[in-house]
Amino acid sequence: MTTSRRKFIKISALGLGGLATTSGAFNLFGMNPFFEKTVKESIARKFVRSATYCEVCFWKCAGWVYTDEEGEITKIIGNDDDTHCNGRLCPRGTGGVGMYTDEDRLKTPLIRTTINGEETFREASWEEALDLVASKFQTIKEQYGPESFALLKHGSPGSHLEHLFKAYGSDTIAEPAYAQCRGPRETGFGLTFGSWVGSPEPTDIRDTKCLVLIGSHIGENMHNSQVQEMSDAIDKGAKIITVDPRFSTAASKSDHWLAIKPATDMALLLSWMHVLIEEGLYNKKYVEKYTTGFDQLKAHVRTNTPEWAYGITGIKPEEIRKTARIMAAAAPAVIVHPGRHVTWYGDDSQRGRAVAILNGLLGSWGNRGGFYFKESLKVPSYPHPEYPKPRWGWEEIGEKYPFAQMGITSEVVKATIESEGNEHPVKAWMVAGTNLIQTLPQRDKTIDAINALDFLVVMDTMPMEITGYADVVLPECTYLERYDGIRSATNRTPSIAVRIPAVKPKYDSKPAWWISKQIGERLGLGEFFNYDDYEEVIEWQLNKLGTSLEEMKKIGVKNFDRTSGPLYLQEDQDYHFFTPSGKIEFYSQQLANKGFDPIPVYTKHPEPPQGFYRLNYGRSPMHTFSRTINNPHLSDLKAENTLWVNPKAARILKLKKDQEVWLKNQDGIASTFPIKVRITERIRWDSVYMYHGFGHNEKKLSRAFGKGVSDTEMISQTAVDPLMGGTGLRGNFVSILTENPHKKAEI
Amino acid sequence: MQEELFTSGRNIPNIDPSLEVWHWPIALYLFLGGLAAGILFFAALFYVLGKDKEYPAAVKKASIIPPIALSIGLLALVYDLTHPLYTWQLYTSFRIESPMSWGAWVLMIVTPLSFLWLFGYYREAYAGVESKLKLFKRLRFLNNLERFVIANRRNIAYVLIPLALVLGVYTGILLSAFNARPLWNNAILGPLFLTSGLSTGAAAIILLSKNVKEKHLFGKIDLGLIIIELALIAHMIMGYYAGSQVQLEAVQLLVGGEFTLMFFGFVVLLGLLVPATLELIELVGYRVPVIVPAILVIIGGLVFRFVMIEAGQLTRYLY
Amino acid sequence: MRYAMVIDTLKCVGCSDCVVACQTENNVPHGFCRDWITEAVSGTYPNLELELRSERCNHCDTAPCVRCCPTGASHVVEGGIVLVTADECIGCGACIQSCPYDARYQHPDGHVDKCTFCHHRLEKGQLPACVSVCPTKCMYFGDVDNPNSEVSNLLKNRKYKTLAPEAGTNPHVFYLI
Ligand SMILES: Nc1nc2c(c(=O)[nH]1)N[C@H]1C(S)=C(S)[C@@H](COP(=O)(O)OP(=O)(O)OC[C@H]3O[C@@H](n4cnc5c(=O)[nH]c(N)nc54)[C@H](O)[C@@H]3O)O[C@H]1N2
Ligand SMILES: Nc1nc2c(c(=O)[nH]1)N[C@H]1C(S)=C(S)[C@@H](COP(=O)(O)OP(=O)(O)OC[C@H]3O[C@@H](n4cnc5c(=O)[nH]c(N)nc54)[C@H](O)[C@@H]3O)O[C@H]1N2
Ligand code: SF4
Ligand code: SF4
Ligand code: SF4
Ligand code: SF4
Ligand code: SF4
Ligand SMILES: [Mo]
Repeated sequence: MTTSRRKFIKISALGLGGLATTSGAFNLFGMNPFFEKTVKESIARKFVRSATYCEVCFWKCAGWVYTDEEGEITKIIGNDDDTHCNGRLCPRGTGGVGMYTDEDRLKTPLIRTTINGEETFREASWEEALDLVASKFQTIKEQYGPESFALLKHGSPGSHLEHLFKAYGSDTIAEPAYAQCRGPRETGFGLTFGSWVGSPEPTDIRDTKCLVLIGSHIGENMHNSQVQEMSDAIDKGAKIITVDPRFSTAASKSDHWLAIKPATDMALLLSWMHVLIEEGLYNKKYVEKYTTGFDQLKAHVRTNTPEWAYGITGIKPEEIRKTARIMAAAAPAVIVHPGRHVTWYGDDSQRGRAVAILNGLLGSWGNRGGFYFKESLKVPSYPHPEYPKPRWGWEEIGEKYPFAQMGITSEVVKATIESEGNEHPVKAWMVAGTNLIQTLPQRDKTIDAINALDFLVVMDTMPMEITGYADVVLPECTYLERYDGIRSATNRTPSIAVRIPAVKPKYDSKPAWWISKQIGERLGLGEFFNYDDYEEVIEWQLNKLGTSLEEMKKIGVKNFDRTSGPLYLQEDQDYHFFTPSGKIEFYSQQLANKGFDPIPVYTKHPEPPQGFYRLNYGRSPMHTFSRTINNPHLSDLKAENTLWVNPKAARILKLKKDQEVWLKNQDGIASTFPIKVRITERIRWDSVYMYHGFGHNEKKLSRAFGKGVSDTEMISQTAVDPLMGGTGLRGNFVSILTENPHKKAEI
Repeated sequence: MQEELFTSGRNIPNIDPSLEVWHWPIALYLFLGGLAAGILFFAALFYVLGKDKEYPAAVKKASIIPPIALSIGLLALVYDLTHPLYTWQLYTSFRIESPMSWGAWVLMIVTPLSFLWLFGYYREAYAGVESKLKLFKRLRFLNNLERFVIANRRNIAYVLIPLALVLGVYTGILLSAFNARPLWNNAILGPLFLTSGLSTGAAAIILLSKNVKEKHLFGKIDLGLIIIELALIAHMIMGYYAGSQVQLEAVQLLVGGEFTLMFFGFVVLLGLLVPATLELIELVGYRVPVIVPAILVIIGGLVFRFVMIEAGQLTRYLY
Repeated sequence: MRYAMVIDTLKCVGCSDCVVACQTENNVPHGFCRDWITEAVSGTYPNLELELRSERCNHCDTAPCVRCCPTGASHVVEGGIVLVTADECIGCGACIQSCPYDARYQHPDGHVDKCTFCHHRLEKGQLPACVSVCPTKCMYFGDVDNPNSEVSNLLKNRKYKTLAPEAGTNPHVFYLI
């Protein structure tokens, strides 16, 4: 290189007629007596910190909120004692400040009204809005019974409303975190180990010798302590095997990246079992002691050779064998990760089963470096009268799916559209903390259901798409401005964390607990809300747990000793799994009884038609779904999503970097907005990829409106899991349009 | 395929374009600085050589330009500062390694000197103006000052010759000192900008001169300067080609990119080759209105500064 | 004493937490940043490599930004940290033009701003905000003059690189590769 420091001096010397001497740059200037002004300021500032746990996603990391003298929130940092975050929040948690400062927030209650024949919202007082909502609760109860009022919720506000709904007499409750997220793996693992995976996942990544990721894109999926532990595992030299058709961040950190053909994971999983069994590599002692159905499994996978799987997955037989041997060598300190958002192709519970069985063969469940035995603390519930017993609820709505263990959102949608003559007619919704329009597949169905409703009330912090469909909008204050329930989640050791309001609610927003109580009291359910401030509830509970609100305000998080026994199985320990047989069930009689495959089988899934690309999507590490796209801090990091296109495909379609294109899916649905092309080798030639959550079409979101394309809009087909009703989202195909398909309509 | 992009932070609108922190005022500033340097250099040189009678435009008449050019140039510079209220900080110290500091100080010295030089010839060269303004009648002390300036004219000229050269070189060094901008990081830029400044200075003198001999001489000087300038430009471009990858990419902006028309069309062809040809034709004896090449040279010089400022800021080390 | 930052690209996931943390810690105005993430992909599917880097001012030993500054606003303090004094800065942009890493930006208030290695935190014995928040713990900070420091050990035992070494600035942010 010609541009060197030496040359630089030469030039100056030349220019300045030899006057430039070689003065040492450093001692010439030395220490500067003045500090940067801003630095001085921030030293002088006095901060107050208050305890919270994060609500930007559901990992619920505990942290500290810093407020300055003016009572403004300046930053949020992790709580060092918290096992969910170890003192380090993820970018979304750090950027959580923006949830509070976002000037687009909902500011007052809103009521739908008609002015000059046009529907619009008018601002309303809390009094009026709550009276209206309560009166609707009353009419629904009188006309159809309380069961017909459904609660669709996600996150902390949900638990307050759940209490209200149960007190009111409705158990028609569902959340997208089940049938659009982790439901299938819970079913798959439940059927195999008799235990849910749960959240946070009890994966002992920290101590693992081999981590196998089937699609889970940890590192983009920023579930905090998991990301941290994966990094620890890299440091400790753990082998990482990633199965993903896309070169994910995790794949780039892996020793082995298996670039699988989409929708064929089952074949790979079966062939891994085949290798482990045929080569005698499985954990024989463990299998013998803790499992049942091995012989059936062995017979079942005999023909699932790596050569067979190669034809389906495109992964070379020797790669399959090699990776199986690596897993076996690491066993039982190996994790075949159950994944989290696993509603992919409709046979997802069975894929969850396959992952579980593989872990069973390796003996990782209950072993160091595999899955530990999680434990959490039971928080006593604040005294209240017994809930009335509803005539029907989420279970009846989802009865077609025998292995569903939570409400199925999409079935609630169906019960709403087909409410006439339905045994379980749903007539009204309360939606809280979930943006159904960007969250549920088959958007037209969601909207059909909303149109069929007698009443829709939405509680949110932001004017998201779903609020636009509401009859009444209730503005909740953000997690930084309110009390919420005590966090008690499963982990290696039990712990609790509290959420204390750091500042007063901005605008005319209110916490969910207050809203629930107000509605409850109007419905004559006052004895279920026997407190003036939720603080009292927490205080009571904390005292029962042997601590106090005062102490918790100071420490934020309290860790407790385990009481359920050791973290791992002891040498030769007898252990009763919570399955019918008490063993890990390779062969599931439960499934056989209901007419399902007792051991998973490979089925072929649809492939993109000519001219179409498979729609792949995933997490942007700096955003949570649709909720953070408008966050001022996080939109600074990533304001829009891009369409990842392989250079081969780009060449065929003559696409250029940053060119704006529109998408049209197999059902002829065209994207509302354009998206910029990113030409990258990180995606397969037969797929396109985009981050989920973008493409907002609510104008009130000043930063997010019209930025990128919504993957949800393109997902009009679902492959429904027959076991538990999960909606497989990954079977949609898009074509790429270089012309605006809406142009004509506009003229 | 090689792909490098900003995952976050940098790809937001306010960041990357904000690296283009210099706008037209800087280009104007560099142009005016070069022009002033050229005129002052010739004025002082011809005075010292005792040719002030023979070449009155160069020594006397054109001296109106430098003070105005330098003042506008300074204003332009300050206008482009984002913290202009702190401009005085430039003069709390002298930073030997900072071309900006050098420039500030050189201007600090040259600008008053240029005013003095003009003042010394004011009543002589601009008698008509003075007869209207009657400054010397109204402000008595000006007489003493004028006497002082005239008495010290030779000393001022001796100081001005090197300072004008430093000023001219500085307009190039200011850019070439930035090794972070591959297009600028070329040792030739100092001499090149000096030559260009002298050339625009000579052209300005031609424009103001009423004297055929003077026009002729400066036409010759300008021709010589243009030839040198062309050689330096060729050298500069070869320098890029011999340079690193980043410099190769940088020169693409000039030879096969966004700035090719501006650079080869306006700077090299219209600003140098055409005027050189015209001046040559004139030298050979044909009648050419000399103001045409002169104006072309001046415009070429201005466009050159714009091109270098704009294009230079598009070039960088990483990404 | 010579401060340096060591960043392990084998662990960085490009999450940009370091960028937000810097913004909230240092009150960096919206639309600007003192640090950012670069993603470099090479190869052809499925033989690919990906490098993610958190970048910022390199606190160069031979810092052209300091040399170019006409007022002395850009200066070096104890530990080799390059700082800008806001009320000495005239906003001439010379330092921006001279930085091969494009690490500086013009603050809306007029002065130039950039990474300070969180000088104000170091004074309190805290790590820089970005280092302390990074979920993968892939950032290390310390004194390279001390041969026993964590950063010195990492540089001793691991392969590393700096950015644009050909610029001759002797940068003090090191990338483990
Ligand atoms: N930053 C951030 N982190 C989050 C969230 C967030 O919103 N933002 N949300 C959290 C929540 S609720 C969840 S559920 C999790 C979800 O996170 P994960 O469980 O990790 O999500 P998945 O959808 O399983 O993984 C997406 C990956 O699957 C790959 N993939 C696509 N098709 C196939 C296929 O056919 N086979 C295989 N093997 N891989 C395929 C994609 O290329 C992509 O890399 O993330 C959590 N973490
Ligand atoms: N196309 C597609 N669909 C998906 C996924 C996908 O990857 N692609 N992922 C699926 C998965 S894994 C999941 S878990 C779900 C997640 O689905 P959702 O939980 O619905 O996700 P968000 O889009 O973040 O919607 C959250 C809503 O809650 C609001 N909100 C945020 N904080 C608060 C609060 O404190 N109080 C109240 N009242 N409201 C609040 C937000 O403003 C926003 O409207 O989506 C599923 N759907
Ligand atoms: S992982 Fe991130 S967003 Fe989720 S709770 Fe933790 S800090 Fe918040
Ligand atoms: S916070 Fe850490 S892992 Fe995330 S981008 Fe920054 S350096 Fe990389
Ligand atoms: S990285 Fe740029 S701003 Fe930082 S010290 Fe080096 S040259 Fe100066
Ligand atoms: S912008 Fe400020 S810090 Fe930068 S060189 Fe100019 S005066 Fe110095
Ligand atoms: S060291 Fe401090 S100022 Fe520099 S990038 Fe990190 S957080 Fe920002
Ligand atoms: Mo999820």
